[in-house]
Amino acid sequence: MTQQEWPLWEVFIRSKQGLDHKHVGSLHAADAAMAMQNARDVYTRRLEGVSIWVVESRHIHASNPDDAAAFFDPAADKVYRHPTFFEVPDSIKHM
Amino acid sequence: MQPVSTSTQALPTYPPEVHVALLTYLVQLADTSLVLGHRLSEWCGHGPVLEQDLALANIALDLLGETRSLYQYAAELEGQGRTEDDLAFLRPATEYRNPLLVEQPNGDFAHTIVRQFLFDNFHYHLLQQLQHKPDERLAAIAEKSVKEAAYHLKWSSEWMIRLGDGTEESRQRLEKALRTLWRYADELTTPTPAEQTLQTAGLLPDYASLLPAMQAHTARVFADATLPLPEGVVMQQGGKLGRHSEHLGYLLAELQYMQRAYPGMTW
Amino acid sequence: METLELTQEEQFQARIDADERIEPKDWMPDAYRKTLIRQISQHAHSELVGMLPEGNWITRAPSLKRKAILLAKVQDEAGHGLYLYSAAETLGASRDQMLADLHSGKAKYSSIFNYPTLSWADIGCVGWLVDGAAILNQVPLCRTSYGPYARAMVRVCKEESFHQRQGFEIMQTLCEGAPEQKAMAQEAFNRWWWPTLMMFGPKDEDSPNTERSMQWRIKRFTNDELRQKFVDMMVPQAEFLGLQVPDKDLHWNEDKKAYDFGEVNWDEFWQVVKGNGLCNHDRLQARVQAHEDGAWVREAALAHARKRAEKAVS
Repeated sequence: MTQQEWPLWEVFIRSKQGLDHKHVGSLHAADAAMAMQNARDVYTRRLEGVSIWVVESRHIHASNPDDAAAFFDPAADKVYRHPTFFEVPDSIKHM
Repeated sequence: MQPVSTSTQALPTYPPEVHVALLTYLVQLADTSLVLGHRLSEWCGHGPVLEQDLALANIALDLLGETRSLYQYAAELEGQGRTEDDLAFLRPATEYRNPLLVEQPNGDFAHTIVRQFLFDNFHYHLLQQLQHKPDERLAAIAEKSVKEAAYHLKWSSEWMIRLGDGTEESRQRLEKALRTLWRYADELTTPTPAEQTLQTAGLLPDYASLLPAMQAHTARVFADATLPLPEGVVMQQGGKLGRHSEHLGYLLAELQYMQRAYPGMTW
Repeated sequence: METLELTQEEQFQARIDADERIEPKDWMPDAYRKTLIRQISQHAHSELVGMLPEGNWITRAPSLKRKAILLAKVQDEAGHGLYLYSAAETLGASRDQMLADLHSGKAKYSSIFNYPTLSWADIGCVGWLVDGAAILNQVPLCRTSYGPYARAMVRVCKEESFHQRQGFEIMQTLCEGAPEQKAMAQEAFNRWWWPTLMMFGPKDEDSPNTERSMQWRIKRFTNDELRQKFVDMMVPQAEFLGLQVPDKDLHWNEDKKAYDFGEVNWDEFWQVVKGNGLCNHDRLQARVQAHEDGAWVREAALAHARKRAEKAVS
């Protein structure tokens, strides 16, 4: 028997102009047009959005939690990347 | 969902026959969206998939919102102290003025989709013009509803295509639904005397002017759905004049039950 | 050094104890995954089945305003079911399988929905009492250890807050209305009070899963704690409405600064859990019917999507 469940889609919503799209959840839909409409009907019933992205879940590649240390820990000691690392004399403004 | 409220606005004054026609027409429009919204709400909890349960309820809510704005305007225009609820719950079936199409039972999902498509195609194109007509209150209601109707039409059109060009079973079910419901399509664009009066007064578009866009859309959808247009169907009319099918009585018995069983109370 | 090496399971528990969230791809004990799937899908099923008793009154709501509110509320429940199924799917469960388990009777849902809604006041009671109890259960779940579940619950709780208020408002309107309306409210309250207390589950000593669920922070309060909290919260509200709580053993206990109340009818509780409540059969049948009636629709949409995809390629 063929797969009968509609594919799973991930939904991303921009809550207002100027903000990023943010993952809000998932849903099932047979095609992209339906996924878009379902996202609208499911996730924006209370004016939550001005723009929607949907992507089929199987197209998302996620980092592996086992790699987390190798991936993310090396950034921890690069404190000089943050402006607070540098001391600026009080008399200097606009920096 | 929020009704368009402009109660601070002064009510328009029209010649008596236009006033009466407008009142009749407002009630007709309100009855139409109420009855269809009622039908759609019967799906709640029983849809073919959870996502579509939400979609059906959204459409029902839009229609219910439109209903309330229209009844409220009608009640004010009538000026006899009746409320939206009096109009919805305390009139007999023979005073209901919805077209026959919208009172037809849900049937299977194909019937619901065909009924919705036929209605949406008319509703959307009507509202598009109505929002530019000179009755300000009605135009404001139309302006709000036309956005909703555009979405409804998109939804029902896509489902027409999916079911028509889906499986053998879905196609057969869709064709059966078309054979059942097509007969109620023409009533939508056949003006009643009240509608004619309003068209003459310039408050309502001439329905002939809606037809090209409606037909073009139907042709596109049927082509994508790989469906032939039904032919040689004998049309039925009457709902807009209060002559209904037997289905409406049961619908109203349920809709009006509380107000009839417990008259005059606040809920 | 070796003795200090923590097992995977201990590391996991340490993360839980530190109030860290567990995310879908993280390692987790099998039992944790299974418990979560069971709990989340049960919760999702409850939202789904819960649409039926209230949906029952959408077409009969007494005013257009009430009708719109009720329809929006029942629709929210469909949304909540959907959020929760999605959360369970991140654990590898498929919605189809979860629904199959519901339909076969293998999976449970909240027993409260196996009671009938017989009058309009029942809609008030469901919102005020049942949603009130549900919120007490749900608010702590916004901090539950599994990330997707917690996020779904945040969304649910945010939306749920209007549900209880609408229920209370219905009850208040009835209680301030005509004598028939007041009587309607009291009659419904009499029927819903005890089943609502059952919603918190069996007594702690009869709840074998509680301890581990607490340890994993899937659950954050015991059944009896929540039940007590509910009674203390609701009795003053019932008094405000002028409703008589149908419990002759109910009285304020000054020492514990809380109410003492009568014993729940646990025989009835277990009967309904086992499937022998008045509406168990009808509720499940309605769900199965909807699913079966929808099968050709779901197939058609898939078939069409495939045709379209093929056309796009060729």
